[in-house]
Amino acid sequence: MENEENAENGEVLVKPPTLSASDRLAAKKRFRTQRRLSTMKNKVLRNAQWATLKKEKRKVKKEGQKQRKKEAEALGDKAPPKQIPRTIENTREADITTVDHDDEEVTFDITHDEYESYFSKTYVPKILITSSDNPHSKTIHFIRELTKIFPSSECQWRKRSSVKKMIQSAKEKNYTDVVVINEDRRVPNGMLVSHLPDGPTAYFKISNVKLTKDMKYKNIIKEFTTHRPEVILNNFQTRLGQAVSRMLASLFHYDPQFKGRRAVTFHNQRDYIFFRHHRYEFKSQKRAALRELGPRFTLRLKWLQKGTFDTIEGDYEWIIAGKRHEMETSRRRFFL
Amino acid sequence: MAMIVWSIINKSFCSYKVNTKTQRFCRNEYNLTGLCNRSACPLANSQYATVREEDGNCFLYMKTVERSGFPRNMWEKVKLSKSLEKALRQINEYLIYWPGFIKQKCKQRLLKISQYLIRMRKLRLRRQKKLVPIQRKQERRERRREEKALVAARLDSAIEKELLERLKRGTYGDIYNFPQVAFNKALEEEEDAEVNMEGEDYGEDEENEGEEAEEEIDEELEKELEEESENEEIEYVEADSDLERELESESDMEDIEPKATTSVKDNTRRKPRLEIEYETETLSKNAKRTV
Repeated sequence: MENEENAENGEVLVKPPTLSASDRLAAKKRFRTQRRLSTMKNKVLRNAQWATLKKEKRKVKKEGQKQRKKEAEALGDKAPPKQIPRTIENTREADITTVDHDDEEVTFDITHDEYESYFSKTYVPKILITSSDNPHSKTIHFIRELTKIFPSSECQWRKRSSVKKMIQSAKEKNYTDVVVINEDRRVPNGMLVSHLPDGPTAYFKISNVKLTKDMKYKNIIKEFTTHRPEVILNNFQTRLGQAVSRMLASLFHYDPQFKGRRAVTFHNQRDYIFFRHHRYEFKSQKRAALRELGPRFTLRLKWLQKGTFDTIEGDYEWIIAGKRHEMETSRRRFFL
Repeated sequence: MAMIVWSIINKSFCSYKVNTKTQRFCRNEYNLTGLCNRSACPLANSQYATVREEDGNCFLYMKTVERSGFPRNMWEKVKLSKSLEKALRQINEYLIYWPGFIKQKCKQRLLKISQYLIRMRKLRLRRQKKLVPIQRKQERRERRREEKALVAARLDSAIEKELLERLKRGTYGDIYNFPQVAFNKALEEEEDAEVNMEGEDYGEDEENEGEEAEEEIDEELEKELEEESENEEIEYVEADSDLERELESESDMEDIEPKATTSVKDNTRRKPRLEIEYETETLSKNAKRTV
């Protein structure tokens, strides 16, 4: 993995090795033994044969590595660039909607979307957090922690109101966002974020929730301050990803208090958005120490809809519910 | 005729009869009570009536002796009114002179049906929870992919990188009194070593900062830095002194080794002002507990 940084950009992915005649013979032999392997009915013998085959392969690989290393040392500066191993990230299918920050259209869209007023610092977000009916203890704790993370957020219990009516009354009370945590089997499993004055609505699936009290350091709750955190949004590459990242960013105050040294991160990796909450300290210009506070959870976007919550008649910008076969065409295709 | 039918059905076989440990049920759709009795069996009674519901409308079905020879037209179907009162009066009207058992059971059945219809209507007005079935394979796949994505993400280093980049870009302004980038570039290698050893504790000791900071720094800058650190210091002592102390002694797992050298030095410097707390972390236990 560290080879990536040394080599040129995307130039040399691992190619199949150029073989000499003896190597080719050896490869043929290996192929034949492999084919024979699948016809052996005796499991014990088959496994033994497989083990020897693997050993051989590993030996060949190690020799190749050693040789390459020797050559690189011998050549010194003129050594060929190190090969980059293939990862899912660098073999990701190219997406037409990848954001190119210099693109005029993108910047135009950004300055005219629903979050423009947030990013031009005209208002402070005010969030209403609620849950589904009859939340259980884990959900309740989770919601309480969310109120500590989002500055200027309030929690109100559901009491059997419908989402549409809730949104209506929240608008009247000047809230700017509504967050509804859905619960299933006593555990929070979904998050609905709706930006209020006719903003987009997104539904995420929540997984792997870890509350503050389950964190490594005991009593880390005492280190929570009320400083406004800064938001880090990593790796949102497509237009859809950009829309989602702006939505998440607009839940926080536009002006973070750097003295508080709190950082809230939404990191997108392969369509999973990881949420982390840290306190950081710069040990030097080259190193920063992080200490994890607060809950951690992962989000996965299920649908994004223009306008406030209206699942029946709404206009979906992106939805994956019934269209998996169309959309998940390859293992290297991601949407965010 | 009816008696013959009953003697056969009762004793031997009836295809609508369901036997359980305590009761006999009748699966005939025209049965009034649902139990298999002499008085409730639609096959064994030549004069019979039921109330059945279809799409929210209640119908009264009647069977008379005169039509027992025409199985096609045997059941007479009458639509009852939607209001319960009127429907009851209709039943009274149609089933006048009929045996009391049938009248009573018809009315009871009508009542029950209307009650459940009301409940259905009420439920449909409320919010209904949409039950989405979990697809097992999808769940398993997603969970696995999430783990892999987490490993590939290397969150800590990504966050650290981003923060350092922001520092470089200058989004933090003058809060952190690291020497400016221009100076840094000239002295990078030297500084790295020094900086790591001496540990830049911003805002802790203004005097020592002044001394240890590289001599190349302008006097102005130095004064600025001192002022900054003064202000910083005040704030720290008020708010975050606990945090500072803890962060020094019980740092992240990644930073434990290099920290060892710095913490000792720092603590001695801070002796006159703060107490020293040493905490050791049990790495082995915690290291295994991954996400």
